[in-house]
Amino acid sequence: MLTWLSLLFLALFALAAFLLGRGRALKAAGGASVRLHSLPNYYGAYAALWAGAPAALLLLLGAVFGGRLEEAVLQAERPAAVSALTPDRQDVFFSDARAIAAKEAPSEVAYEGELKTALDAKVAESRKITAIVRYSTIGLASLVALIGVLLALPRVGLEFRARNRVEGWINGLLIACSVAAVLTTLGIVLSLVWESWRFFQSVNPLSFLFGTEWSPQIAMRADQVASSGAFGAVPLFAGTFLIMLIAMLVAAPVGLYSAIYLSEYASRGMRSTIKPLLEILAGVPTVVYGFFAALTVGPLFRAGFNAIGAVLIGGPLDGVGQYLMEVQNQMALVAGVVMGIMLIPFVSSLSDDIINAVPQSLRDGSYAMGATKSETVKRVILPAALPGIMAAMLLAVSRAVGETMIVTMAAGLQAKLTVNPLDTVTTVTVQIVTLLTGDQEFDSPKTLSAFGLGLTLFVVTLALNIIALRIVQKYREQYD
Amino acid sequence: MTVTNPNALALVQGHAMPTQNRDGGVAAPVIHTAVPQGHGVVETRDFKIRARDVNVFYGDKQALFDVALDIPAKSVTAFIGPSGCGKSTFLRCINRMNDTIPSARVQGAIEIDGADVNAKSVDPVVLRSRVGMVFQKPNPFPKTIFENVAYGPKIHGIATRKDELEAIVESSLKKAGLWNEVADRLHQPGTGLSGGQQQRLVIARAIAVSPEVILMDEPCSALDPIATAKIEELIDELRSQFCIVIVTHSMAQAARVSQKTAFFHLGKLVESGPTEEMFTNPRDSRTQDYITGRFG
Ligand SMILES: Nc1ncnc2c1ncn2[C@@H]1O[C@H](COP(=O)(O)OP(=O)(O)OP(=O)(O)O)[C@@H](O)[C@H]1O
Ligand SMILES: [Mg+2]
Repeated sequence: MLTWLSLLFLALFALAAFLLGRGRALKAAGGASVRLHSLPNYYGAYAALWAGAPAALLLLLGAVFGGRLEEAVLQAERPAAVSALTPDRQDVFFSDARAIAAKEAPSEVAYEGELKTALDAKVAESRKITAIVRYSTIGLASLVALIGVLLALPRVGLEFRARNRVEGWINGLLIACSVAAVLTTLGIVLSLVWESWRFFQSVNPLSFLFGTEWSPQIAMRADQVASSGAFGAVPLFAGTFLIMLIAMLVAAPVGLYSAIYLSEYASRGMRSTIKPLLEILAGVPTVVYGFFAALTVGPLFRAGFNAIGAVLIGGPLDGVGQYLMEVQNQMALVAGVVMGIMLIPFVSSLSDDIINAVPQSLRDGSYAMGATKSETVKRVILPAALPGIMAAMLLAVSRAVGETMIVTMAAGLQAKLTVNPLDTVTTVTVQIVTLLTGDQEFDSPKTLSAFGLGLTLFVVTLALNIIALRIVQKYREQYD
Repeated sequence: MTVTNPNALALVQGHAMPTQNRDGGVAAPVIHTAVPQGHGVVETRDFKIRARDVNVFYGDKQALFDVALDIPAKSVTAFIGPSGCGKSTFLRCINRMNDTIPSARVQGAIEIDGADVNAKSVDPVVLRSRVGMVFQKPNPFPKTIFENVAYGPKIHGIATRKDELEAIVESSLKKAGLWNEVADRLHQPGTGLSGGQQQRLVIARAIAVSPEVILMDEPCSALDPIATAKIEELIDELRSQFCIVIVTHSMAQAARVSQKTAFFHLGKLVESGPTEEMFTNPRDSRTQDYITGRFG
């Protein structure tokens, strides 16, 4: 609250600095702004930036780290009664003290006697430290804002290059944003690598990558050291691959043909109706596809297979019939097909762009040779667009590999090494979700294995994306 | 009666001409062959292409107005005129490439060997195999040189066996004057050739199906003088076998390669006639202004 208020004041102060800077510049130019190096607003912006930006940064830092600071100071000194507690209970004690100080609900632990006195003392201390941190931040920020204006205003004059300075600030902001994005990515990768490294200390990387049995639960029992056999990721990758394959078998032809239709055959009206519809399909959240798979497609497929099984039973294919009768709602086929449907708009719109990028002159050249539309598509357009289409397919594959929701809901959770699309399988992403959801301790091989899986998946999709981008680049060069 | 007095020609023919072109409106080639051509460059007995009352619209905008033109066989006809006057539009009428532009609408009669190209019975695919086209910017397919030239013969089933195809590719490349330069790299991409070589490659591609007419839309505009000279030489050679129509912005090129010239202006065919005469003694003041470089 106080932070917001001070930010508001700061904004008003910056506005005042803007007007001052602008006015000063205009005055220096004697009202004729053409004599100024930059437009008058730049002088205002320059003053406002110096007045507002450093102080705002300080306030933000205070808001973000003030709590941490207060906590550290509070915990630095521990009364004897508190030190006697177990580390867990000590944490509860301090969090209760801070909660009471901040007028929030503490835990239900009752404090008596010496502990109660210590708690009251710590509550008072917490309030004091919070106030000190807060007011000193505000005071410091005011000072910085004032100094900023006092530094900036005198520089405003006829020759001063305010535009360049302001652009420098903006440049810095842009750099900061892109650096933030890069750093975040880097941080994620590093944490992935770090946790995976911890995991690979207890599980041999080779047996992880090439083991054929996946049952992380075994390692849960305290008396049992993680047996390396239980962390074989092959069934997971096989399941991922199976579902991806089914999905691509659906998405690749349908997406590609619809792209060909849209870009080469559809009339303008048709195109302007179908394209938005496809884009809506692309906008459906995957969880919706997930329950579409689990509640509609799954039972439908099951009923279908059971019906076929009922016919086959007793005949020469009795075994097959028996098997089909036992098919469940959850199977790789359902997840794959629904994922394929999800990928259709993705493949189609990427391929459509790529086909449209084939120069019209090639089409004209082919038509002028007396080629029909289908000959032109088959012999000129598709070969020319093939590298790009391949890249689109690879991007779709990497999406299929990373997709989680549909598989969780439609393919089951059992890690089976099978190529049977009617069986339940599980994928890498689904395992990561099941390993990490709920209360977990992040030091058992069970949870750490999620990072191993994540890292492997990351490497695979990264490789796919790099290959895809390379192909696209190469293909772009061809027409330039 | 001389050609320098085309009004007399009109009188002899006994009907008004739709435009001022010198041989437009000639009902029967027989009459025309009776007309001395002056310098005797146009020695053809008849016309390959006859266009009458051609109007073309792009949406509501009319791009060509009542164009009537006869194009002789086995010779080169040049279309000249300022940018946007409809030269390409008219050229595309001849092989119905305007069909590929959704907004384009073509009216009037264009006959090749007496058969209307716009007739319902005419399949544009078949028509285009008889009327080849070379574009302003060379547009080889991103395939090998061999595949580029073999494209037409393959899709039209002219040749299916490998040795037949090879023979056609070789003879087409030879006719296009490219064989010596590419004989040892037939299976490398056609896009890897230089601009001039690419243009000769697409000419080879066009003549591989033995068309009767070759339409060229500014074939040399992207080329340097040496490549241009080669193409012009090639056009001159091809003249003995094909009916060639070329759009050009270079007066000098029109004068060098063509036997007949047609001048378009603002969608109308202003004047047409033997090239030498058009350049030495144009009838219309607009033609005069254009070829002397006063506008356009
Ligand atoms: N696809 C099209 N859609 C709409 N208008 C067109 C189209 N193509 C040509 N036009 C118009 O028709 C007129 C004639 O164009 P055309 O391309 O035939 O000119 P041109 O004589 O070939 O010109 P240039 O010498 O610049 O190539 C122009 O006004 C042009 O704007
Ligand atoms: Mg043109």
